Amino acid sequence: MRRIPRDYLLNRLVTLVLTILIAATIIWIIPRLSPVDPAEIALGRMAAGAGSVANSEEILAQLRANMGIDQPFIVQYLKYISGALVFDFGLSTAAFPTPVSTLIMNALPWTLGLMILSLIITFVIGNLLGALMVWERSPKLVKVAIPAAMVFTSIPPILSGLLLMWIFAAKLQWFPLTGAYSIFVEPGWTWSFVQSVLYHGFLPALSIVVVTFGFWALGMRGLMITVQGEDYVKLAEAKGLRPRYILYRYMIRNAILPQITAFALKIGLLIAGQVLVERIFAYNGMGKLLYDAILNQDFPVIQGVSYVIILITALSVFLVDLLYPFIDPRIRHEAN
Amino acid sequence: MTSQDNIPPTRAERKQAKRLKRFDNPWMNPKLLWGAGLLLGIIALGIFGRLVWNLDLVFTGSSPLKLPPLGFENLRRQPGVLDHPLGTDGGGRDLLALIIIGAPNTLFVGLLASLIGMSIGIFLGFSAGFLGGRIDDVIRVGADVMITIPPLLILVVFQSAFGDVTLTMMALLIAGFVWQSPTRLIRAQVLSMKQSGYVQMAQLSGASTGHIMFREMMPNLVPYLFGSFIASVTTSIVTAVGLEVLGLGPQRIPTLGRTIYEAINAGALIQNLWWWWGIPTLLLAVIFIGLLLINLGLDEVSNPRLRKLS
Repeated sequence: MRRIPRDYLLNRLVTLVLTILIAATIIWIIPRLSPVDPAEIALGRMAAGAGSVANSEEILAQLRANMGIDQPFIVQYLKYISGALVFDFGLSTAAFPTPVSTLIMNALPWTLGLMILSLIITFVIGNLLGALMVWERSPKLVKVAIPAAMVFTSIPPILSGLLLMWIFAAKLQWFPLTGAYSIFVEPGWTWSFVQSVLYHGFLPALSIVVVTFGFWALGMRGLMITVQGEDYVKLAEAKGLRPRYILYRYMIRNAILPQITAFALKIGLLIAGQVLVERIFAYNGMGKLLYDAILNQDFPVIQGVSYVIILITALSVFLVDLLYPFIDPRIRHEAN
Repeated sequence: MTSQDNIPPTRAERKQAKRLKRFDNPWMNPKLLWGAGLLLGIIALGIFGRLVWNLDLVFTGSSPLKLPPLGFENLRRQPGVLDHPLGTDGGGRDLLALIIIGAPNTLFVGLLASLIGMSIGIFLGFSAGFLGGRIDDVIRVGADVMITIPPLLILVVFQSAFGDVTLTMMALLIAGFVWQSPTRLIRAQVLSMKQSGYVQMAQLSGASTGHIMFREMMPNLVPYLFGSFIASVTTSIVTAVGLEVLGLGPQRIPTLGRTIYEAINAGALIQNLWWWWGIPTLLLAVIFIGLLLINLGLDEVSNPRLRKLS
């Protein structure tokens, strides 16, 4: 095992911290450019619930104080940044007085579970199919069927979600239309609950897999073509190794390396795509939380969710940068 | 069937040989042509549809509600059978008129966003790769930052600031998220090109930076630029449609995504009004298939090894 050079690690760490800091600052600035006063929105919500609200000026001032938006911008900003370090984003304005971190903690496991599951499935299937498209010994059927299937994978996940939902949930009624688990089971580590979660998660996961495997397959196809002409593959063939062995141990193993970098870069995009899928399936993850917050102009929640998304993406890129030389010994850690 | 070595070519084979010869120019790639054809078809739908179809039907809700497309009803629609060949939505708006306006709109957002994104990408990618140093660092961190920020967030503020967004604003916004991929690509290409002989020769001969960048290096980047452009059109349309389906796009301009959003909100999935969201989805699929074919075609044009495979 080689060690990571200190300069390289430091360089990457600085980039990581800088990226997160700038992105977090941007998501803090953006809502403040909006002319909408969140306190007035909260008041409007109260008025809609109670018919009318007396002393609205006083309540507005109180709401502003609660939200901390009566203080100077610089104080607000420093509070936000120091809060972000410990995942404290204040209180939700729509679900007042629930802390944003509680809302996120309830939603995060669902999103991560759905994402990791669909990401692994799509990565394995996509790369394997992409490799088989190039491999000389694949059956003809594979070489025709996969490109044909890929035509349907170039649609956005939201549309595949709609189609799957219409066919399997509305028409055939094999799967439930909405939700992450049945309302009739108690959440907990029981078999019936796990079963319900898997049952409800199947269609959302499938709608992500269906539209993303083409991306991996296409990338893998290009990489495999490059690998095919390499000397070490010819040598392996000349040695008389079994073709299947050559495919897995020589060709796929070498071709897949750049895909791993793409994997990290893809995570952020996937979360964004998943927001849409979660909305369609009313799946209670980060996507739905973000969407509802957007509808309610609930800026603390929007900021909190965006920050977590930023963190996950930036960290995954950082980790791949660090780990890549271990996966591919030809690449060395280099500062810049 | 297995050995055809000594059999004279059949008519079909001769025909194919002739066709191959005609398409000897790599740019006459069938995939590329089919893809371009599909997209031109969408543009033609927008242009010629306008001439033959009454587009006011998009805005008048006076037609019968939830009318299925021609051939899917129980044929009781006797008077004016051809009034609404693709049916109407839950508000009595004609779906044919909706897609004549909506499909080119969707394409417009994708193309405009990518054009802007590409221009930014070419400029920044060249600067980062060619000049290097601090400028390179700043651009790289900037690209990293933009990858991590969700576009949803920025659109929300746009909307609350302006009340509604136009197609052009939507395109501008999305352009802010599609520049980093071409930037990365061009930077990497420029870095490797800088080492090549002809660029170093030009530098030695005292050519200006601008000359080297645009006259020496740019022509070699063209295949990559095309591929990257098409990829960013796809990303832009996926983003735009995604936002529209969430109800976050333009609210008064008919687009394919907006129509799907209205269908979902009205419960079209459960009420089995499949054409309401199905027809816009189908058109989107045509657009994406067209873009995919162009991308595959461009791959084959720029990578001769791929041509053997197909």
